[in-house]
Amino acid sequence: MNTEILGIIFMFLLTVLLAYPLGKYISKVFLGEKTLTDFMAPVERSIYRLCGIDPNEAMDWKQFLKAMLTINLVWLVYAFFLLLYQDKLPLNPDSNPGQTPDLAFNTAISFLVNCDLQHYSGESGVTYLTQLLVVTFLQFVSAATGIACLVALFNGLKEKTTRNLGNFWSIFVKTNTRILLPICIAGAILLAFNGTPASFEGKDSIITLQGDTVLVSRGPAAGMIAIKHVGTNGGGWFGANSAHPLENPNYFTNILEMVMQMVIPVAMIFALGFYIRNKKFAYVIFTVMTVGMLWLLIPTIVSELNGNPAIEKMGIAQATGAMEGKEVRFGPAASAYWSIITTIISTGSVNSMHDSTMPLSGMMQLLGMMVNGFYGGCGVGILNYYLNIIIAVFISGLMVGRTPEFMGHKVEAREVKIAMIVTLFTALLTKGFTALAAYMVAHHPDIAWAVKPSGWLNNPGFHGFSEMLYEYTSANANNGSGFEGLGDNNVFWNVTSGFVLILGRFIPIIGPVAIAGMLANKKYIPEAGGTLRTDSFTFGMMTFAVIIIVTALSYFPPLALGPLAEYFTLKTFEL
Amino acid sequence: MTRKRQIKLFEPALVNAAVRQSFVKLNPRLMVKNPVMFTVELGTLVMLLVVLNQLFTGDATQGALWYNVTVFVILLITLLFANFAEGLAEARGKAQAESLRKTRETTQAKVFSENSNRVHSVPSSQLKKGDVFICEAGDTIPMDGEIIEGIATVDESAITGESAPVIREAGGDKSSVTGGTKVLSDRIVVRVTTSQGETFLDKMIALVEGASRQKTPNEIALTILLAAFTMIFTIVCVSLKPYADYAGTAITIAAFISLFVCLIPTTIGGLLSAIGIAGMDRALGANVIAKSGKSVETAGDVDVLLLDKTGTITIGNRKATQFHPANGADVDSLIESATIASLSDETPEGKSIVELAAVKGYRHPVTIGSQSDFTYGLPNSRIIKFSADTRTSGIDLDGRIIRKGAYDAIRAIVEKNGNPFPADLKAIVEKISANGGTPLVVAENNKALGAIELQDIIKPGITERFERLRKMGVKTVMVTGDNPLTAKYIAERAGVDDFIAEAKPEDKMNYIKQEQASGKLVAMMGDGTNDAPALAQADVGVAMNSGTQAAKEAANMVDLDSDPTKLIEVVEIGKQLLITRGTITTFSIANDVAKYFAIVPALFISSIPALQALNIMDLKTPESAILAAIIFNAIIIPVLIPLALRGVAYKPIGASALLRRNLFIYGLGGIIAPFIGIKLIDMLLGLFI
Repeated sequence: MNTEILGIIFMFLLTVLLAYPLGKYISKVFLGEKTLTDFMAPVERSIYRLCGIDPNEAMDWKQFLKAMLTINLVWLVYAFFLLLYQDKLPLNPDSNPGQTPDLAFNTAISFLVNCDLQHYSGESGVTYLTQLLVVTFLQFVSAATGIACLVALFNGLKEKTTRNLGNFWSIFVKTNTRILLPICIAGAILLAFNGTPASFEGKDSIITLQGDTVLVSRGPAAGMIAIKHVGTNGGGWFGANSAHPLENPNYFTNILEMVMQMVIPVAMIFALGFYIRNKKFAYVIFTVMTVGMLWLLIPTIVSELNGNPAIEKMGIAQATGAMEGKEVRFGPAASAYWSIITTIISTGSVNSMHDSTMPLSGMMQLLGMMVNGFYGGCGVGILNYYLNIIIAVFISGLMVGRTPEFMGHKVEAREVKIAMIVTLFTALLTKGFTALAAYMVAHHPDIAWAVKPSGWLNNPGFHGFSEMLYEYTSANANNGSGFEGLGDNNVFWNVTSGFVLILGRFIPIIGPVAIAGMLANKKYIPEAGGTLRTDSFTFGMMTFAVIIIVTALSYFPPLALGPLAEYFTLKTFEL
Repeated sequence: MTRKRQIKLFEPALVNAAVRQSFVKLNPRLMVKNPVMFTVELGTLVMLLVVLNQLFTGDATQGALWYNVTVFVILLITLLFANFAEGLAEARGKAQAESLRKTRETTQAKVFSENSNRVHSVPSSQLKKGDVFICEAGDTIPMDGEIIEGIATVDESAITGESAPVIREAGGDKSSVTGGTKVLSDRIVVRVTTSQGETFLDKMIALVEGASRQKTPNEIALTILLAAFTMIFTIVCVSLKPYADYAGTAITIAAFISLFVCLIPTTIGGLLSAIGIAGMDRALGANVIAKSGKSVETAGDVDVLLLDKTGTITIGNRKATQFHPANGADVDSLIESATIASLSDETPEGKSIVELAAVKGYRHPVTIGSQSDFTYGLPNSRIIKFSADTRTSGIDLDGRIIRKGAYDAIRAIVEKNGNPFPADLKAIVEKISANGGTPLVVAENNKALGAIELQDIIKPGITERFERLRKMGVKTVMVTGDNPLTAKYIAERAGVDDFIAEAKPEDKMNYIKQEQASGKLVAMMGDGTNDAPALAQADVGVAMNSGTQAAKEAANMVDLDSDPTKLIEVVEIGKQLLITRGTITTFSIANDVAKYFAIVPALFISSIPALQALNIMDLKTPESAILAAIIFNAIIIPVLIPLALRGVAYKPIGASALLRRNLFIYGLGGIIAPFIGIKLIDMLLGLFI
């Protein structure tokens, strides 16, 4: 087996190996058991005192969501104004301008919702102050919000019958102090030692071998790059994200960043098993998600390693596979692996340009975001998967002749309704807005106000369609990666994707937490002989089928018009 | 046994009625209740407008006229098929009910007027609740009621199919009579207990006819799921228009509507109400009258089943199975004494002793006299009847004093008269008890002779039924008045999971409450008035038709056969109902895979030739591909009607195994079948296009 593939296997195994103990640790943190990080307790207590929080106050699902939504609204307003007036604020050595209102609207939402879709370039669009106090700050709190909401689900599953899903504030604070901060500090130090900048000085200038003077942007980047991955955020310090030599200097940092972004999503699955004392349930979920990942990953690796038939036809040898848009220090296999992981776990950071990947790879990246629950983002991945579980529980419950129940609670009309509303919204946001964009491009290509300064699309044809589809899919999935051929910094893209972002974030959080709260409130039914076990691989298979047939397949028409049309057209070059 | 009212699936008369209904049900006001099929109806209407527009204006932008007309016709047929399924289920239900209703034909009732103290004739249709009527031998009972005076044998075969007459008498647990049954002997005075149109049968008829059919909670949840799928596919289809504009492809209205109709779950949408009605119909076919659809569905979820021992698990009463002589006594004299003491004993136990003796070769020479001759042909005898005080019975005959009874009672008599009680007999008695039997000790002239072993006889086949229930995940509980030792023994032999021994009526109630408190669903069967509170408390209460009015009122189902094991069938009917819905839903959704591959390439092939690669079924032309898909979509509905009406067979193999099985058949089958079906239809269409 070649080294490139071995590198991928190593990265994956290392992630799982670290995620297992981390999952156990996370479960202990939220169960309130003794852990290594108990020295943080005084810090937490002073935060509670300062904010007037009673960390032991019980919250039902409505109170929990109210607290979560309120604080998120505060952060949104705060971030919007800081970005708008960043040029007048300190820590701006490169004299970058303030953002336009539509861009600030998009950027503030984008980081608030853990998406980190960037319609600006880090070097010129933000200042050190906003990089730290808006971008990095939101990267921490948005990840913690997602994890806190997942812990609410854990609490709902753990108790037989309860109204209490835990205290949002306390879970949120602990997520930061006990999980995100320690991992990020360790990661940032390792990154800094490998050459990632960590200074407040402005641009440096170097003279290249050709004798040209080149200005190189810098900044206190290492910390931000750590949380960008640990929190599955993905927004880069530099415009080129982790393809940039200072953001991801070598293969070691590539492994490090890869493991950092994947470790919490995977650990949360194991944490679920420890927390509700049903490890098998966690293993089944892990298996289904891993199968899902492989289903997307393998075709991507194969098509990237095989190279582009159109280039082949020009008589150019592609010994290393498709290299357009890729960094030589990572190669096509590691880039393919990154492109799939970053799309399935909603990070959206990139170490190669997805716009340049082969059409089939692009489709797999799109599918990863459309499903958005194979591991998925910090916390929200399992929440998304949970919706599929509810639908699978309902259909399979009927199939075995018993009123559907999940973990001892009957799944009835109300829960099905919520799960389906969320699914419906996902379909509407992605397909509906792509349709709107396609309509505008087809019928009103000339409305100038909406598309200043960058125009609609840089690539016409199938690929342009893929770019539009990718934009909204990424926004809805809170992923943040992009097909960069899209001229995305204009009023149209900023405003529409801003709305998709915020709805695509909060509806899929509110839905599962509400279902978890309602189910937990119901009478507990002990398991009997006729109960369908949801911690069985048969049920895992059922959930997988629901994901593929209900979610993935409904994207068949747009996928056919975008990546599939491009793929089959490209295939004709092989003849 | 149950007389199944079998009606052929496609009985011509029923089919005719269903065909008529297929058109009547096209009325949008009826259609709107089924969101999936309602959207199909809207699509059909749009196609009609397209066709009309083309006819009048000659507009050719929407494809050839024959093609649009064909699409319109196929969609209309899809609707008719769905309506036909529902109509057929209803017609079957009606036919089923009709056979019961026949018993309801108007008869003359002899109403007893308290004012004038006279009897006058009134048509049964005018009887009111509280009226009192008289029935004599040969009369048909005009209305459901409760006997307030008298005893009679009644032929209930019209309702139960059981030809042997039953005894109904005032007071006690057998006081209820059903309208339409016939009095064979004697005379009874009956008070009407229900108003016209409110008898159980009336309620059931209304349920199967759909008039008062309310959707069950699971049905509501499924309807929501299907409506949401429909909306998702609406988004898929509507968003396709701008995508196509971008790609520079013109898509005809017919193609849009075809894609939409194929993607939405029309198969389950079209069969959903038929499945529900058929479930009620199956219950009625098993001679169970359910008061609501919900109760049938709940039966499928039952975790705990309470069954009375006597009559359900064991045959009626105990039977003598063995004579055990004490040391020194000889077996023949034991048999002889026991038989003499039992000749006049009318209890089933007593009779069984005489029978057992006959089997052993002993027959008492005297002929048994009539019941009124209390000497039973035994001269100079004095019969001692069983009493709760002495706990013995027996006979004094020609100086012989024979007694049989409970061990301690006989022992007391023996020892009081200065005789020793044989030590080995004590051991025999203990052994019988340990084996679940009841020992009856026989003494003659105050000397113990030996013991008779009485055993409960477990009904043949009942153990297998409990095994089946266990596999279904239902816990069975036996309720008995026996002591715990005997109860335990019988419970083990019959294979029930738990038992309530020395049960008093309130024990049942407490047990139900306790199980319910831990989240279980409990079903029970009962007949007596003292069962009524427990029947009401249970999640599924089945009253026997022979039971009291109070029990029937409290229950949510009435078993016309009064068969105590009927609950098992009810549980299976409930499960079948859910399984049928689940599997057809899965099948319907799985079908979409093939339909995507048929229609999507067909839509774009003209503008994006490379997408021909997606046409993996190699369908001839875009038109034939689309037509094949919607034709398949339409004919799958009638193909599945038999499955919907009969129900998917329930196999008690455990939930996970059942899911695997159904997922394999209906999930994988649902993916593969349309690939084959659509290809075949396309090949067939290729002959014409």
